[in-house]
Formats: sequence, C-alpha cells, structure tokens
Amino acid sequence: MNYKMIGRLIAPILCIEAVFMLPALGIAHLDGSNAAVRAFAMTIAASVLVAGLLWVGTSNAPRRGFYAREGFVLTGAAWIVMSVFGALPFWISGEIPHFIDALFETVSGFTTTGSSILLNVEEMCRGMLYWRSFTHWVGGMGVLVFLLAIVPMSGKNEGFTLHILRAESPGPSVGKLVPRMRQTAKILYLLYIMLTVLDVLFLMLGGMPLFDALCTAYGTAGTGGFGIKADSIAGYSPYLQNVTTIFMLLFGVNFSCYYLLLLKRVKDVFNDEELRTYVGVVVVSALLIAFSIRGLYHSLGEVLRVSFFQVATVITTTGFATADFNQWPAFAKTILVLLMFCGACAGSTGGGIKVARILLLIRSFRRNLHQNLRPREISNIRMNGAKVDEKVVSNVDAYLIGYMGIIVVSFLILSLDGFSFETNLTAVIATFNNIGPGLDMVGPVGNYSAFSDLSKLVMIFDMLAGRLEIYPIVLLFSRSTWSRK
Amino acid sequence: MKIVVAGAGKVGSSLVSQLVNEGHEITVVDRDTDVLEETMQMYDVIGVQGNAASMEALEEAGIRTADLLIAATDRDEVNLLSCLTAHGLNPDLHTIGRIRDKDYRAQAYQMRDYFALNYVINPEHEAAIEMRRLLNFPGFLGLETFAKGNVEIAVLKIGEDSALNGIKLSGMNDIVHCHVLVCAVQRNGECIIPDGNFVFRNNDLIYVTASSSNLSVLLKNLGIITRKVRSVLIAGGSLISYYLAKELESSGISSTIVEAKRERCEELAMLLPNTRIIVGDASSQAFLDSVGIDDFDAMVTLTGLDELNIVISLYGNSRKVPHLITKLSHAENNRMLDSLPLGSVIAPKELVCSSIVRYVRAMQNKEGAAITIHRIADGQGEAIEFNVDEDTKYLGVPLKDMNLKPNVLIASITDGMNTEISTGNSKFKVGDNVIVVTNKTTSIRQLNDIFED
Repeated sequence: MNYKMIGRLIAPILCIEAVFMLPALGIAHLDGSNAAVRAFAMTIAASVLVAGLLWVGTSNAPRRGFYAREGFVLTGAAWIVMSVFGALPFWISGEIPHFIDALFETVSGFTTTGSSILLNVEEMCRGMLYWRSFTHWVGGMGVLVFLLAIVPMSGKNEGFTLHILRAESPGPSVGKLVPRMRQTAKILYLLYIMLTVLDVLFLMLGGMPLFDALCTAYGTAGTGGFGIKADSIAGYSPYLQNVTTIFMLLFGVNFSCYYLLLLKRVKDVFNDEELRTYVGVVVVSALLIAFSIRGLYHSLGEVLRVSFFQVATVITTTGFATADFNQWPAFAKTILVLLMFCGACAGSTGGGIKVARILLLIRSFRRNLHQNLRPREISNIRMNGAKVDEKVVSNVDAYLIGYMGIIVVSFLILSLDGFSFETNLTAVIATFNNIGPGLDMVGPVGNYSAFSDLSKLVMIFDMLAGRLEIYPIVLLFSRSTWSRK
Repeated sequence: MKIVVAGAGKVGSSLVSQLVNEGHEITVVDRDTDVLEETMQMYDVIGVQGNAASMEALEEAGIRTADLLIAATDRDEVNLLSCLTAHGLNPDLHTIGRIRDKDYRAQAYQMRDYFALNYVINPEHEAAIEMRRLLNFPGFLGLETFAKGNVEIAVLKIGEDSALNGIKLSGMNDIVHCHVLVCAVQRNGECIIPDGNFVFRNNDLIYVTASSSNLSVLLKNLGIITRKVRSVLIAGGSLISYYLAKELESSGISSTIVEAKRERCEELAMLLPNTRIIVGDASSQAFLDSVGIDDFDAMVTLTGLDELNIVISLYGNSRKVPHLITKLSHAENNRMLDSLPLGSVIAPKELVCSSIVRYVRAMQNKEGAAITIHRIADGQGEAIEFNVDEDTKYLGVPLKDMNLKPNVLIASITDGMNTEISTGNSKFKVGDNVIVVTNKTTSIRQLNDIFED
C-alpha cells in the first residue's frame, strides 16, 4: 500500500476545501457573526496546516505503485477526511454543539443526502447555511474529480484515475468522455457549472434573492436537498417550484448526454434507453400520484405541480419538499418509497440504485427466466443496442446483494432506538440512497436529531457508502485491503 | 495529437505507454474487453471494444477527428483493412500499419498508396536489420541510425597504435582512402566538433558518418583488428531468423539456423537456399557442441522464449563465442539482466515503438523543429535530424558558402532514398532530411538556428 502517495493526494483536497470555505467566511464576516468567522478561520487554518504537513511529510512518496487498491482507499479516505474538516465550522462555532451531529450534517451535505439533524434551520447564520448548501455542490460531482480537473497528474500508472472517476461518478459502468482524464473531468465540471449558473439565473428571474438562489441551486445541482427555510421550497412561488422541479430532473440525467448534445449527437441522446426509461418513470409515477392525491388540493394545476415536484425530488434523490407527503394516502407514499430505491440516471449527481442498473437487473432476470425454459439458448443482455459485458451484469447482481445487505444490517441497528418501523426503514433508505427525508418521524417536516449516536454513525456510513457506490467505503473496512498478503 | 491505436497487444501497449507520456490523446481499439480494461487501468486512455477494421468501431473511436491511426493488431490483414477503412473515413489521416508476414512485405512497401499506408512497421524485420548492422561492423563500439535508417553514425576508438593517432583530420583521407566524415570527437569528457586542423590523439572516441560500404572500408584501412564476422549461428527458426538469414545472405555472411521442428526446417531450407539449416534442439548443450559452437564468430538467439534465449546466450558466453546477440520480447526486465553477459540485447517491440514515436514527432514538427535528437558523447553532444522546408535559408547554396555557426556540422543530407555524406559542394533542397551535429555550446532548436545571423 502506497500510504505516502495517498497522503500526498489528500493534501491538495484539504487545500481545495479550505478555498471553498472562503466565500462562507466572507458572508459570515459581512453579517458580522463573529462566532462563525472565527470557526471558519480556524478550520481553514487547520486544513492548510494539516495539508502542509502532509505535503512536506510525503515529499519522498514513490511515484510508482499506485493501483486499484490505492485508488479505492484514496477515495474513501478523502471523503472521510473532507467530512471531518467540513464539520469543524459547525462544531467550533457552537451552531451544532455535538460533534457527531455536526459530522452527520456535513456527511449528509457532501454525499448530497440532505438529511438534517437541525431542529430549526432558520436559526443558523447565513455563513453556515451557505457552507452547508455548498457541500452539496462539491459533493455532487465529486471533489476528487475536481482535483483531477485542475491538478495535472504526471507519471506512470495514470490509469488509477479511472478508479477515482468510477468511484465518484455513479453507475454500473463509467467511462471517460475523451481519452484524457483531465479533459474528461474538466468537461464534467464545466457542464456542471453551466447548468448551475442557468439554475441560479432562472431562480433570480422569479424574484428569489441571490443568497437563496445560490443555496437552492447548490442543493438542486448536487441533488442534495438542504433548504435554508424551515418549509424547504414550499414557501416560494409556484414558478420557483417548477424551475426547481425541472432542474432537479436535469441534474438527474447522465452528464454524458449533455456532452453528446454539445457534440450535436441529438439522436443518440433521444435514443438512450436509460434516459427514456427515466422520463417514462417520472411521468407515470407523477400521474399516478396526482390521481391518488387529487382530493387534497384545490386545482388540477396545483396537484400536478406538487406531484411532479415530489416525484422529481425523490427519484433524483434531492430531498427538497413542497408538501408533507407523510400525510398522503398509502398508495402515493408507496410509489415514493419505490422511487427512492430507483434513483436517478448513472453518471448524474443523483444517488439510488440508478435506472441503468434497474434496467440491467430486469433484463438479466428475464434472460434467466427464459433460460429455464430453453436451457441451451444463448442470449445477450443489450443496452442501447450493444451487448453488455457479462462482467458488468454480474457486477450489478453483486452490487444489489451488497446494497440489500447494508440496508438489512443498518435497519437492524437502527431498530435498537425504538422508533416506529416506518421511521427506521425509511431513515435507512433515505440516507443510503442519499435522498434526505423519509417517512413518519423523518418525513419532510421531521428531522434525524432524535436518533442515538450509534444510529447516526451507521447512517453516516450508509450515506458515504451510498454516494461512493458501496465499494470504496466497504473496502476501507475490509481486511483484504490492508493485509500484506 | 489525437491517435487511435488498434490492438492493445505487446507492441500496442508499450506504444500507448510512450505516447501517453508524450502528451497525446489516445483511443485504444481492441476486441478483447479484458485487455482493454487492463490498458485503461494502466494508462490514461479511452478504450473502444470492437473489430479495428470495422467502420463502426473506427467511427466510435473518433477516427474522423483523429490525426493518426496505428494498426498494430496481431493480424496483418486486419491491419491493412483497418488502415484502408480509416483512410476512407478520414482522408487526412496518417496511418501506420504493422505488416509482419514475409509474403506481404514487398507489397506493403511498394503498394503503400493503394493500402493507404503512410508508414509500414515490421518488428521482426527491423530487429533483423538491427542485428545485421551490429554483425556487419563488429569493430565499432556503437551505431546510431537516422533518417529512417538511411544514415549511420558509428563510434570508433583511437588506440595508441592506430593509424590515425597524431594525424590531422585533413590528412585522414590519405589513410582511409574513402569518403568518411568525422562529426564529433569525445576527448576527456568533452565533445569537440573538429575542423581540418584537428589532430587525433590516443584515446579519442570519434563519431563517423559514412555510407555502409565505406564504413567497412574504413575499418579495413585503419587495420582495426576485429575478426570480421563470417559465420553466424542462429538458435531458433522464427520469423526474425528468416529475415536475419536473408539479410546475412546478401551481405556475404554465412549463417546456420538451428531449429527443433523438422517441418519448419524444411520450409526454411526452401526459402533460404544459401543458409545451413539443422534440425535439433538449441537448448541442448551437447547438440550445440556437435554443431560446433566454438567455430562461429557470432551467435544470435532467436527462439520464442526469452528464458531459453538467455540460457543459450550464457552458454555461448561460456564457450567464448566472440559476438552474442540476445533477443528478448519482454524487455521490461532489462535492468535485471544488465549484469548478465548476454552481448547485445535486442527487443523488437522497443525498436518498433521508438520508430513509431519518431514518426509521431516528425508529424508534429512540420515547422522546422527537430525530428529526432540523439545524444552522443555521453550527452555532451547532439545529433539532430531536421527537414528542409521553404523557409530554410541558403537553399541551393553549396555548403562551403553557408555562414554556419561555430561548432555546427552538417553530417549528411538525405533526399528520399539517397543519402549523401556532406562535402563542401552539398546543397539543401526542400524536402531533404539533414543531420546536424553540435556540441552543447550552441542551442539548435530549428534548422535555421545553425546559420550565423
């Protein structure tokens, strides 16, 4: 294990985080909230100091010997280090006095989950709110991808960067857009920034103040879901709600689709099976929910707006809310819970199992079903017309097992706290799939503060595992990663 | 530059590694997903799974916007079709194809335009040529090749009793009786670009350019005591063995091929009428003794197994065979093997890679920048290859009338296939390939840098 090189790559990540905290520091300074200014300044100083020590201490790191194992450990470790430092401002300033809570809130931010332990978000100062929302934006596309985009990686075995891209951008099989990793990372971030800026502009056109628009756009872009108001998005005008619905759905689309659009390969985008399924699922579920809740609202327009918003927020795993769907009929709630599993498209900023994986699972099941009837039949699983490698198919099967296993174990541990069945199950599902709100006590108007520290740590693990597609985080705790044999 | 590499095999992957390091954007096309996966994990490249000769795979690899295709799959036919198809999709594309089968060799060179091939690579043939060169001039300490193999710079040591010891450079021709050019002299760790008044001294290392035939005349007339290689033992009857025996036949060196498979021997005997072919296992020392290993001037080990080549070469060394050449396919292990007495080590893969890398550099440097730079005299001097273009000064002016900077020497001028070792009357013509030798006192980045302003 090339520990030194891992340390050397974590150093710039801490520096990037420190730079990202500067705007929050500025806002806190403008608002004159001294506790927040002090907290940010101390955290930035600590990050830079630790980064400097790491950088100096690893100056003799061997360039060679950075492989898949190191790539996974780097990803997992980077996210944990980032979360710990990201939590410091909340804890130091006393806005979140308990450190586990602060860590939960930060991990929830970086993993774009949006589950909160805050009882009343409006009590928080604006600098802290800005940082809290900005963690969504950073976590959405991934900080290591950002590192790849700005820092030239030289030397041999550059292929390990592929593991980082794979670990940070979700989906069953992630590829590059162009041969150079740095170029790919740049394209991804440029698309991400462009879409975010568009979102901010549209929100401001609807009369939202700049600060609100930025925070809401960060939450939308990373498909995170931290709101800066107690009622999330519900207090804003219908236009703003609709803009948010559309942008949530846009950020749930595979980013390579946007790249293909830029290349004017419109046909490829429209024929993309995952995109078609995604749109289909959104429309059908929204209509079904609209039918189910038709009696609860005054006009058809309002019913459609509310149902589309909740479907978008859940399937893209964002977690904003404009309605307390806890109060809805069981049918509508069930659809939402099912959508929580489904998740957004591969290669987007959303979480969940991903539409592409679900498609592969359905097709693989159907093939095995047919093979029972005709044992000697040879058939391929196809996606967009091309054969899917059997290795990818079996990886998806294994992924589902790991996915279910984590849910089962986490559910079991959470049930120790003695809350309702619905609370525990949806809390696990909502954190693991990076959604945010669940049902019952953790519903759109509830929060996660009542859980014990053990449960919170389990959910922190779940959020990281969900964001990084299980393997990097589980491998960190696996004996075979660390053994010398 | 955007480069598509078809085939991620032995040559393909080591090419990818070098080209990525030079900063190119590489797309690799291969049939095998496992191989692709491995390549993508090792290097910063993108992979496309498919048949490299199919339009579909080539399109997906972005052939329409690419600058160069390197077809290096293990099948010649696929490589040819791949270059043809790619050229059809993108007429501006440069193509390099690996054609190794001896049956196609002639047509691949002669019918390049029909096959849309800009450059043909043949690892086995290039290895054979390199080996032949080493066997041809056993008296030289080293040989550097330029201008696609047309120009050679050889290294010679002046000994105490050398005919050149104490002789002025201008008087050299009276001794060697042939046209050679001394481009550089290494003395006491310094690189000197000599003029007519330069006097050779004991222990000088001289860098000489001449035509191949003149290089042997030079050796003879200097009376350098080297036993010219007259007989070569070739262990293993591979494709390289065939090419090497063929090359040796034409340079008048008798060769003996030892090969275990009778069928292959019969085939070789048919193809190589003037070469002795013996059936037998080269790994058996008793057998090598019975062939008379002691009587050969040189031995080349060309079996398909690196390990076997090493063992046979070690045995040759213990029997005091004067010249040994060992072929290694997996040259990555080189450093480990440095301490073994294996003679000259030749890695066909590396040879091909460096000639492709040279081609790629040449494509990039159309604006008069250096095509290749060889460091000579322990890095104290440089031999740089340039193309003459319209912007070159002194076009058509005889060399003796050019206003050259000090410590700059024009070694040779190659026009297509003809190489001229430069004299005072040589002239530059657009399209010529020029080798310039300098020591590091002057920095030469472009051809026009050699002229005094």
